[in-house]
Formats: sequence, C-alpha cells, structure tokens
Amino acid sequence: MVRLVELAAAVVVTNVKASGGVDKRATNILSLRMLVLVIAGVIVSIFFSYSSSAAILPEDRSDIMYHGYEGGGLEVVGPSVLVRKGFKDKVSVWANYYVDMITSASIDVVATASQYTEERKEKSIGFDYLHGKTFMGMSYTNSEESDYSAQAARIAISQDFFGDLTTLGISYARGSDTVRRNGDDVFEAETERQIYRVDISQVITKNLIININYESVTDEGFLNNPYRQVRFVDPSVNRGFSYELEVYPRTRTSSAQAIRAMYFLPYRAALKLEYRNYSDTWGINAFNGEIAYTHPIDETGLTVELKYRYYEQTGADFYSDLFPRSNAQNFLARDKELAAFQTQTIGAGITYEFGLDWLPGFERGQASLFVDYIDFQYDDFRDVTQTGFALGTEPLYGFDATVLRLFFSFYY
Amino acid sequence: MVTMSKYRNIYKVSVLCTMLLFTMLASGCSSFEIKPWVTPFERNNLADPIMSFSRDPISAAYLHHVYDAREGARGAAGGAGGGCGCN
Repeated sequence: MVRLVELAAAVVVTNVKASGGVDKRATNILSLRMLVLVIAGVIVSIFFSYSSSAAILPEDRSDIMYHGYEGGGLEVVGPSVLVRKGFKDKVSVWANYYVDMITSASIDVVATASQYTEERKEKSIGFDYLHGKTFMGMSYTNSEESDYSAQAARIAISQDFFGDLTTLGISYARGSDTVRRNGDDVFEAETERQIYRVDISQVITKNLIININYESVTDEGFLNNPYRQVRFVDPSVNRGFSYELEVYPRTRTSSAQAIRAMYFLPYRAALKLEYRNYSDTWGINAFNGEIAYTHPIDETGLTVELKYRYYEQTGADFYSDLFPRSNAQNFLARDKELAAFQTQTIGAGITYEFGLDWLPGFERGQASLFVDYIDFQYDDFRDVTQTGFALGTEPLYGFDATVLRLFFSFYY
Repeated sequence: MVTMSKYRNIYKVSVLCTMLLFTMLASGCSSFEIKPWVTPFERNNLADPIMSFSRDPISAAYLHHVYDAREGARGAAGGAGGGCGCN
C-alpha cells in the first residue's frame, strides 16, 4: 500500500516537473487534484476488495446555538440548530438551520455608502451511510439572502485500514451561486464552484493522532462583491481621490493544506497543534498556526478550553489601497480581505455536562460557552475616514472583533 | 496552447495511473498485512471525546465560516469542511 501511494506521489511530482515554468501555480494545483483522483481509485478499490466492521457513525445529538460576531462596525448574530439521528448503526441523517442577521457599518460601507441590515438563511440536509469500514456521506445546502443565493451539494467517502490506524477520505462538492445587487433589478450574475478534498488521519502512538488534509477550490463566474469600490487618485476633486467599482478576474483556483496533531497529556488533557498553508491564482499566500489546550476538571462535569491562533496573508496581485488613476489596470480590488494583513485570536471556552436520564429518550446534555477575541492589523489598507492626512498616508486600518458561541447539546 | 496540452497529458497519465491501481487492487494484490502498532485495547486515550479534532460540529462550522468570511484563505479547515459558497 505504501508503495502504491509512493507511486501516485511520484507521478504527481513528475507531472509538476514536466510542466516547467508556465503558470506553475495552476499546474501544481491541477496535479494535486490528480492525486485526489488517484486516492479515490485506491479507496474505491479497497472498498470493493474487502470490508469488515469497525468505523462508527457520528453520535445522535441535537444542538441549538446562538452565535454573535461584533467588530469593525459589523454585527452578525443569529441561531443555528443541528439535529442528527441514526438508524440501525448503518444510516445517520442530519439537518441544519442557520441564520445570520447582519447590521453593517463597516469601514467599506461607511466610506462609500450608508449602514444596512440584512438576513441570510442557510438550510442543509445530509445523509451518512456506513458499510463495514467505509463511510459515505452526502449533503445539500441552500443559502438565501436578498442579493445572494447559493446552492451546494457534497459527496464524501472514507475508509479505515491498517488495523484502523489510518483513515483516508476524499470529498467533492459543487456549488452554484447567483449574485444580485439590491436596488438594481437588472443585475444578476452566476458563479460556479468545485471543491476537492483529501483527508488522512493517522494514529501515531496511543496518545497521539495526526490529521493531514488538502483542499482545492475552483471558482468561475462573477467573483466580485457587487458593491465594493476601489479608490484612485483624482486631482479634479477636493479630497484628491474618487471611487469606482471593483473588477475581479472571473476565475480563481486555490490550494490549501493543513496538518493537525492531537496529543493526550498524562493527566487527562488534550493539546492540539495546527499548521495550515494556502495559495491561490490571485497571488494570495497565507498560513496560520494554532495551539489549543482542553482540560476536563474531574467530577465537576466541566471542561475548559484555551487557544491561540495566528494568521497571516499577502495581498492579491491586483489589490491596491490607492490606484494611480481610473481603470489603472485590468483587475482592480480594494477589498480588505484581499489586502496583506495579520490576525491574532485568543479564545476561551467552558462546557458543562449534565445527565438527562430523567428525560425519556435522552442520555445527557451539555451547555457550552466559547468566546474568541480577534485582532486584525492591515499592512496596506488605509483608514480613509481619518482626515487631516496627505493622500495615501492615512493611518493603516485595524480593528478587534469578538466572536461568541453559546450552545446546548442533547444526546439521545 | 502549450499549457493546455500539458494539462491534457497530466489528466491522461493520472487517469491511467488510477486505472492501474484499481486493477492491481481488484485483482488481489493484497500486501496490506501491516500489524497495527497501537492495538484496539490501547486506544482509550484516543477515544476520549477531548481528543476529537472537531468535538462540536455546529460550533466548529460557525468558526470556520467566520474565518472564511474575514480572511482571504479558504479550505483545509478542520472537521468535514463544507462549501456552501455563502461567505
């Protein structure tokens, strides 16, 4: 088996080398996607070769959550409800209903428009099937808001092998979005998306497990935010600059890979480490690292969790805070998510577990509260709401956000 | 045009490779006899819920959505991943 994986990897490496310097980024991503195809073949082969019992379906549970995000003039709150029920240890079905209620007066909005409110509703259903050591899942998601509709379907398959020390999984998702612009009845554009993913989980020792995954996403269609604008030098106006609509490329292909490790400490606590790396055809390169510590407090039913996360990205090739003139280049962006920036997150959470034997049909419940504090610091996105500065020398923008998750889980 | 030709070659080689692997496996090339170095009765710690990469799916999915919406990077998040395309 190891030889077969090596062979697959060798083919990919050969392909990457053969491609030369012509659009190397896209070729690497394509070759890695081929690795997904090869691994798919391996999984399908194993599935048809042999199977015996081992893997289990996710636990039957229902969760109800209140979520809140507040920072940089943006507030997003709402509920999320997830229900999962299994049948005969073979099949498990689930459904999720999620709402975002958005009030935005972020810097992008106040600089060029006025505060707005909006609501997004997302509905998902899924079906999981277990056959021996093979797990198969399918899901469908629909998201609706006044100016954006999205639909996506996903199929996944995973297999345990090597004495259940290794789990290999692949998934494929396809999405179709419709973009509209409020106040403009004529404008409507489409976006198509495909997502390829490979996961490998490996037990290393009786206290250590690692997870490696790779995911490639390709978009094609209208990828702009239809409201956001870029600013350019305009000597004909008093403030020295004007705005015009952003123009993005109509395709984007990205590749992300991550490795995570979970280590069981001698006194019943868990340490998690994560490193993720990202690149795309728009020139954004990013990485993030995370360390998390989970500590159950014996006989109290309480579990506390602490984490720190660092994220950094470079800007897109066609991003600029201030373009030298109108239509200065083919593609134009001043979306701060495409700028160069860093974020640091500190998070803490507490979970309380309690018995639910007294409630017919239920086993236990959990109440959880998680709070994350995120600091965003931009390297080339300036705060244009600050006055009294020469054009292009305004202070760099930065803000803090608080993310709240309060949820109750019921197991049955 | 040169690039497209190379892409087609990559596709051809990779599909052939997949078919080769499938044939080898389906025809009984079963050299999978690797002895598990962590036996099932040594996996108490690994089975502890605190060792889950994504203990609470509803909560993890929300946090990934926040990161997806506020950061340029996407994909390879913990848990099952998704792809509603709704950020």
